Amino acid sequence: MTWTVICRYADLEPECGVAALIGAEQVALFRTFDGALYAIGNQDPFTGAFVLSRGIVGTRGEIPTVASPLHKQVFDLRTGVCLDDSSARAGAFAVRRRGGLVEVGTE
Amino acid sequence: MVGQRLVEALRDRDTEHRWRVTVLSEEPRQAYDRVALSSYFEGASAADLDLVPDGCYGSDGYELCLARAVTGIDRAARTVSTSRGDLIGYDALVLATGSQPFVPPVPGRDLPGCFVYRTLDDLDAIRAVAGRAAATTRGRRSGLVIGGGLLGLEAARALRLLGMSPHIVELAPRLMPLQVDDGGGALLRQMIEELNVTIRLGTSVASIQRDGDRLLATLADGGELDLDVVVFAAGVRPRDQLARDAGLDIGPRGGVVVDDGCRSSDQDIYAIGECACAGGRTYGLVAPGYAMAEVLADRLCGGDAAFTTADTSTKLKLLGVDVASFGDALAATEGALEVTVSNPVERSYAKLVVSGDAKTLLGGLLVGDASRYGLLRPLVGRPLPGDPVTMIAPAGPGPGADVLPGDAQVCSCHGVTKDAVCAAITDRGLTDVAGLKDATKAGTGCGSCVPALKSLLAQSGVTINPALCEHFAYTRAQLFEIVKANRVTTFTELIQGHGRGRGCDICRPAAASILASLGRGHILDGEQATLQDTNDHFLANIQRNGTYSVVPRIPGGEVTPDKLIVLGEVARDFGLYTKITGGQRIDLLGARVEQLPAIWRRLVDAGFESGHAYGKAVRTVKSCIGSAWCRYGVQDSVSLAVELELRYRGIRSPHKIKAGVSGCARECAEARSKDIGVIAAEDGWNLFVCGNGGFRPRHADLLLSGVDTATLVRTIDRFIMFYIRTADRLQRTASWVESLDGGLDYLRSVLVEDKLGIGAELDAAMASHVAAYTDEWAAVLADPGKLRRFVSFVNAPGTPDPSITFGSRRGQPNPVDLPAPSRRGAQLEAAR
Repeated sequence: MTWTVICRYADLEPECGVAALIGAEQVALFRTFDGALYAIGNQDPFTGAFVLSRGIVGTRGEIPTVASPLHKQVFDLRTGVCLDDSSARAGAFAVRRRGGLVEVGTE
Repeated sequence: MVGQRLVEALRDRDTEHRWRVTVLSEEPRQAYDRVALSSYFEGASAADLDLVPDGCYGSDGYELCLARAVTGIDRAARTVSTSRGDLIGYDALVLATGSQPFVPPVPGRDLPGCFVYRTLDDLDAIRAVAGRAAATTRGRRSGLVIGGGLLGLEAARALRLLGMSPHIVELAPRLMPLQVDDGGGALLRQMIEELNVTIRLGTSVASIQRDGDRLLATLADGGELDLDVVVFAAGVRPRDQLARDAGLDIGPRGGVVVDDGCRSSDQDIYAIGECACAGGRTYGLVAPGYAMAEVLADRLCGGDAAFTTADTSTKLKLLGVDVASFGDALAATEGALEVTVSNPVERSYAKLVVSGDAKTLLGGLLVGDASRYGLLRPLVGRPLPGDPVTMIAPAGPGPGADVLPGDAQVCSCHGVTKDAVCAAITDRGLTDVAGLKDATKAGTGCGSCVPALKSLLAQSGVTINPALCEHFAYTRAQLFEIVKANRVTTFTELIQGHGRGRGCDICRPAAASILASLGRGHILDGEQATLQDTNDHFLANIQRNGTYSVVPRIPGGEVTPDKLIVLGEVARDFGLYTKITGGQRIDLLGARVEQLPAIWRRLVDAGFESGHAYGKAVRTVKSCIGSAWCRYGVQDSVSLAVELELRYRGIRSPHKIKAGVSGCARECAEARSKDIGVIAAEDGWNLFVCGNGGFRPRHADLLLSGVDTATLVRTIDRFIMFYIRTADRLQRTASWVESLDGGLDYLRSVLVEDKLGIGAELDAAMASHVAAYTDEWAAVLADPGKLRRFVSFVNAPGTPDPSITFGSRRGQPNPVDLPAPSRRGAQLEAAR
């Protein structure tokens, strides 16, 4: 696992995703209302567009979620799996806070 | 696939860990979805097709050994030998070896370029040759598929996806001879040939020869085909060699003979799936294999489940054509009658097979339009509920779920009966399809029963739960009153006080709209930004490739030459595609997120402001040229349109609001297709409301006639404000007025006669909106905190998204679509 520093934790507004570029990989990074961090793939598996960081963050039951801004399918922020169609996955990345910085782990 | 299903079923059932399970796989990869194999050429990766859940092996005594084929069975010692030379003992042995392609003995079938269509390795090999052919063959490459059944049509689809022209050769006189009759086959052929697939029926391939870099196939009827690839898809045979060598009983046409518990002639050996011969027949579909896996898992855990006959009904999409066959589709039953409705114009063919006394439905076939499959299949073996012709007539309503008997299976994928669905609706108080799927699993397989589920919901008379979503038990109108009465200013305040969870893509934008309508600050202030759809978030409209479009306001469609030139210059300098919209303005498309502020800086400097094309807001007030120029005009429609557009710009509403003003009764502004339509008359203005274009067109209704401008504007003020307060989210005025008790008359009594006594309040609300209006884009450009959000990547703000590329069409940029990572599951019910 390689950890890449993405930004300062304070740069992340709660419930407002951002995109990050790690090599050729696009990651959608989120800080939820409770302060937790999540990172999933930025590509919407339904359309191929790299837009998931721009979706609306929320919850479904206890699950933290983001809805694709294109056709509103909802994804589990913890796993990247689509809750409306579990065959669609955006993929998930390890993410951690070290000091004031946010790091994403890639294989 | 079937072996994997057995493992998962055992894991579910064998909670006492009675069994230690070792899976031996000949292939070097774990189980994958062969049904969706052709999606591999649509961008699906091997990982996308993978069927094995995380953690399935390597714990609880479940082991998976890849690339280790079984080479022999020693029944006396109860061991198997493997390709690695070792011996593995067993208490129970399950054969789930599937089938192998049948390759007819055609001379030349072993030449390079000839393939079968079964494994991912086969597909990789086909792709490699197709790639080489692309480099050497001039013109379009072509491939031959031998076999016109399910597998052959899938293979033809795969070749098309590789950019080849497919030919299909089928020995039978029609495509899909096992599922489809002559009439359905004719339509299927017509629809597939329109996709530039060449079909030759009633002939076979006599020989294949090498011809330079290519192949030459000679057909039995004398025809010749120049080819790059030949794919054999002429059916499958059970892979039963291990069982044969071990002396187990084999069926007359192959397959390990098993009883209804899937047990072979050796009491410790079982067979499931395509390698098994159950009840005297073998199955080439995945669903019966899955059923066998469930039965065997139950037996291994001491149960007594039995596999008797499998439902071989299938509904699938082949090369984009819907085909469904169920029950005795080919009318093999003695004395069966066939009722056929064929409509080549509408591209549909439907047939019902009924018993000789015309009382019982035996089966049927649907080609082109298979939408009635979900309601017809459960009726197989049951009394016909009505005239069979009406049941399949294209214009008829088709059967409703009410004709199904209670014990009929509505969902055959999960074996859910109508009674079970109805019980779930009443006992659990379910009100929607999503809830039914969750509670019963019905509708979660192939999905063909979803219309039946809807019909059952409607029939049970459930009142639709009016709650906005799982987070708020209120309608939008109730929420509006809560926000207003309690002076709520943030979403967190609202959800913590009146809801639960953290919201979703439904309630967040609804709350944002309510807060904005009540004038609670800029839509991107602080937390409000997180409530907005991406369009409102970036004040632009997202397009299919993740870029945005920019639509500056052009009030009334009136624009000066200088401003028009600025629009052209901005589009040129940023490489944007331009198009005139239906609302008389100009759309600039293809802007990346990080370009938006620079584009808007130029536009704002030139005097443009946000057009709110991105918002659920007042869009445009379209106008004709009116009395200022037009020789027929009786009033100045452009001036009124400009006045109205400037008055209502920026106001947030439950859905978009469109308006139009026509200068005379000729109605060139098409105002009656708008939410608010004004048409000039000699004696004043006529006001029409609640019109709609779009999905369900509706002409606006006359609310007032012959009024002066002041009365007109006050009535429109009230109309908009009353709509904002009382409509549901995403409810256009057309359906809103139809939902009002009393309809248009009630609306007139509120807006004109002030029956509710809220007129002054509505007037004041609009006055405060008009006074508080500021341009959203100018505000963003003046606020570094908001501008900070307009970056491509938080860690590389200057790097444009590398996935966004443009081609050119008619001299302008056009987005190049990315291949969507393919998804499996949609076609699981029907295997090859």
